[in-house]
Amino acid sequence: MTETLDSYSLIAVYSAMAVYALAFILFTLDLARRSAEVTRRQDAAALEQAAAGGTNAGVTATATLAPPTAAATTPAPKYLNAAVALVVIGWLLHLSGDVLRGIAAARVPWGNMYEFGLTSTLIIVTVFLVAQLWQDLRFLGAYVTGFVVLALGVATVNFYVAIVPLPDALSRSPYWLVIHVMVAILGVGFFALGAALSVAQLLRLRRAAGGLARARYLDTIPSADRLETFAYAINVIAFVLWTFTLVAGAIWANDAWGRPWGWDTKEVWTFIIWVLYAGYIHARATRGWRGARSAWLAIIGFAAVVFNFSIVNVFFKGLHSYSGL
Amino acid sequence: MASSRHSDAGPGADTDARSAEYAPLDHVDAAEPSPTGGASGGPRLGGIGWLRFIWRQLTSMRTALILLLLLALAAVPGSLVPQTTSDPNGVIAYHQNDPELAAVLDALGLFSTFSSPWFSAIYLLLFISLIGCVIPRAIQHARALAARPPRTPARLERMIGHTVRAFDGDATTALAAAERLLRSRGYRVARYPTRAGESVSAERGYLRETGNLLFHVSLIGVLIAVAIGGSVGYTGQRVVTEGTAFTNVQSGYDSFYPGRLFTESMLAPFSLRLDEFLVDFEENNLAAYGSAHNFRAHMTITEPGHEPRDDTLTVNGPLTVDDVRIYLLGNGYSPVLTIRNPDGDIVFSQPTLFRPLDAAYLSTGVIKVPDGLAEQVGLEGLFYPTAVRGDSGAFFSSHPDLINPLLTLEVYTGDLGLDDGRATNAYVLDVEGLGLTQLAGREAPVESLYLKPGEAVDLPNGLGTATLEPVIPRFAAIEMHWDPAQPWLFGFVLAAIAGLLVALFVPRRRVWARARIAEDGAVQLEWAGLAKGEDARLPDSVAALADAVSVPGSGSGSADPPGSSDGADVGLAP
Repeated sequence: MTETLDSYSLIAVYSAMAVYALAFILFTLDLARRSAEVTRRQDAAALEQAAAGGTNAGVTATATLAPPTAAATTPAPKYLNAAVALVVIGWLLHLSGDVLRGIAAARVPWGNMYEFGLTSTLIIVTVFLVAQLWQDLRFLGAYVTGFVVLALGVATVNFYVAIVPLPDALSRSPYWLVIHVMVAILGVGFFALGAALSVAQLLRLRRAAGGLARARYLDTIPSADRLETFAYAINVIAFVLWTFTLVAGAIWANDAWGRPWGWDTKEVWTFIIWVLYAGYIHARATRGWRGARSAWLAIIGFAAVVFNFSIVNVFFKGLHSYSGL
Repeated sequence: MASSRHSDAGPGADTDARSAEYAPLDHVDAAEPSPTGGASGGPRLGGIGWLRFIWRQLTSMRTALILLLLLALAAVPGSLVPQTTSDPNGVIAYHQNDPELAAVLDALGLFSTFSSPWFSAIYLLLFISLIGCVIPRAIQHARALAARPPRTPARLERMIGHTVRAFDGDATTALAAAERLLRSRGYRVARYPTRAGESVSAERGYLRETGNLLFHVSLIGVLIAVAIGGSVGYTGQRVVTEGTAFTNVQSGYDSFYPGRLFTESMLAPFSLRLDEFLVDFEENNLAAYGSAHNFRAHMTITEPGHEPRDDTLTVNGPLTVDDVRIYLLGNGYSPVLTIRNPDGDIVFSQPTLFRPLDAAYLSTGVIKVPDGLAEQVGLEGLFYPTAVRGDSGAFFSSHPDLINPLLTLEVYTGDLGLDDGRATNAYVLDVEGLGLTQLAGREAPVESLYLKPGEAVDLPNGLGTATLEPVIPRFAAIEMHWDPAQPWLFGFVLAAIAGLLVALFVPRRRVWARARIAEDGAVQLEWAGLAKGEDARLPDSVAALADAVSVPGSGSGSADPPGSSDGADVGLAP
C-alpha cells in the first residue's frame, strides 16, 4: 500500500516536472518576444522620427522610449497564457504528488530532505501563482519554473528515499513538526520569490546604466524602484516567517535536545540567514545602502538559504540529520 | 513616484525637505558625523569631541548594519569546524587527525567560535550600538507620544495622494466630518488654521515605533537572560541502568557543566530510579523493519516531603522536577558480567554500559577488573542483541531486540593505569598506551570468549571465570538541565516577536484634511498624506478617507472605489 501510493506520488512529481519544463520554454519564448517587441517599437519610433525629419533618429527614439506601461497594455500572446495554464496544471500534479507522499507515509510530507524539497518547491509555485492575483509577475515565470524543475530534479535524483518511520525526535512532536518545518518551508518559498525580484531589480539597474544591451525584454518589466519595493514586501514576510522558524525550533529543541539553542550546524545557518536578512532590512533604512546594495544582500541571503538546505544538510554533521541519505 | 516615499535616504532635495519637516517620526539615519563635530564645524576637537564622534559612529545605522553582516560572517566557521559544546568528539578527532592545523584553529578560538573573543566583540559592539540607538529613539518617541500632530503644511499638493473633493455643506461641518472619521480610524487629530482655510492634522501608527523599540529592547533582554542562565545554571549527564537510581548531587553525574556562579547548594534534592525502559520495534514497514522507536523510560521520582511518584520520560517529552528539566538523550544495553576468581569468589559483578554502534544495537563496552584476580584484567566486549553469523564468518546484529543475545570478549592483562590516580576514560581500554597483553582475541592464540545469557566461560591462564547474567537490563542516558532564567528568555522572545510584527506591519502615517471655499463658493475638502518607510497603500488610504466624507452624513465607509485606479497593494503594476 505504502509503496504503491509512493510510486503514484513519484509519477505525479515526474509529470509535474515535465509540465513545468514546457511552461519554462514558453516563458522563455515570451521573454524573447518582449525583446523583439521593444525593438519593433524602437524601429517604429525611429521611422516616425525619420518621417518627421529628425536627423538624429536613433538616439531620440531610445531616449523617448515608451514606458513599460505600453508593453503591458498590448495583449499578452496566447502562449504566455498557455504558460500560466501549464504552471497551474503542473502545480496540481505537484500538489497531488506531495499529498500522495504524505498519505503513503501517514504523516506530513516533510520528514526528510526529499520531502522538504518536494513541499518547498510546491510552496514557491503556490506563492508565485497566488501573487498573480495582485501583481502581474509573469516575467518571473522563466525563473520560477526553471528553478523548480532543477530543484525537483535534484530532489528526485539525489535526495529520494523510501518511506521509513520518523525518528522519535520527529514523530513524537507532530505539532512542532508541522509548525516549525511548515513555517520554514513557507519562509523559503517567500525568500525565493524575493530573491527573484532582487535579481530582476539588479538586471534592470544594469540596463538603465547602459549594460545588457541585448536584454531588451528588461524594458517591459516594472521599474527597479517598484521591483525593490515589492521585493522588500516579500522579504519582510519571509523574514517574519523565518523568525517564527527560529523561535519554534528553539522551543522544540528545548524539549528534544535539552537546550533552546546549542549552535548545531543547522542552528548556525538559521542564525546566519536571520542576521543577513536583518541586515537587509536595516540596509533599506541606511543612507547609501538602498538599491543595488540591499538587493545584493537579499540575493546573498537566499544563497545562504539554498546552502543551508543543500550543502549543510548533506555534508555537515549535526543534530538536524534528517535527510535520510 | 516611489522615490517620494524614500524620505530618509532619497537624494531628492524636494523629498528630503518636505519629509524633514512633515514626515512622521521614525528613525532618521543621521548624516555622516565628522570628527570636527556638529554644525559648528570648528577645527578644534577635544577629548570629549572625539568620544562623541566615536559614539556617533558606533550608534549610526551604517555601523549597526556592518556589525550585523560581520556577525553573520563570523558565525560561518562555527559550522565548518566542530565545536566543543555541540560536538566534543569531533574536536578530539580533529586534534588527532591533524594536530598542526588543530593547534592553529585552537589558537584562533575556532573550536569555540561562539564564545571566542572576536565573536563576543562583534555582538557586544552590536548591542552597545543598539543601546545607543534605542535610548535616544525612546526619548524622541516619548516626546512624540505627548505632542500634538504637527501643523498642516501650507502646500498639501506636494504631499502624497493629494486629492480634492466637493462637500455638500458648510466648511465647519466638512471639517468636523473629516475629524470624526480620522478619529474613528485610530488617528490622533489636531486643528490648525492655515492661510487657505481651517485644517485637521492627523497621525496614526505610533505603535510602529513602539514595536520597533520593544523588539530591540527585547533582544537586549534575550542576551541578558542567556547570560544569566549560562552563569547560574548547570547541565549534567548521567547513565542510569534499569533497577538503579540517580541522586541529584554533583558526584552523581557522569559529566557536569556548571555555570560560573553555580554552587552545589543550588542542586535540587531529588532522586530518580529507572524502573523499566521500554522500546517498540517496527513490524509493518519492511523498508525499516525492526527499527527501534517509541522509547519510554518509566521512572520513580522521589522529592523530599513528597510521596514517590511514577512518571515516563520520552524523547521530546522531558520531565520537570523542582525546576530541573530532565531529558532522555540515549539508550542501550547494560549486560551484567560476573567475574569470579579460581576459588569461585565474586570479584566483579555489575551492569556495564555498552554503547550502541548501529541501528541494530551492535554495542561496544569495556570492563576493568583491577583487583581480586592474579593479574589486572581488562575486557573489551562486543554485544549483539540478535547475533547472526555473516558469510565471512563474522557476527553482526540483525535486530535491536534481544532475540539471540551474544557477548564476545577480548581479554587483556597488564597495568590498567587505575592505581596512579590519573584520570582515565572508563569507556576506553587504552591497549597500546598501557602496553596490555592480549590473552584472548584476534591477536592471541586463544579465541575471543563467547557468552550467551546465563552461560559462564573460563578466563585464559586459569585467571577465573566470567558469567553473563541471564537478565540483560537496558540503560537510559539522561541529561539534567537547570536554567532559572528560562522563563525570562521565553518572555523576551515573545515580546521581540510581537514588537517585530508591529514594527513591520503597522503603517505610520500622517493625513491632513483642509476645508476650503472654491472660487464658485462651493465647499471643498482637500486631502493629503505622508508616511515614513514603505507604505504603498497610502495614496489609496487617503483616497478612501476622502471618499468616505465626500457625501455629508456618511461618516464611515464608501461605495465609491478609491480615486486612484492603481489598486495594487505595493504599487508594482506597470
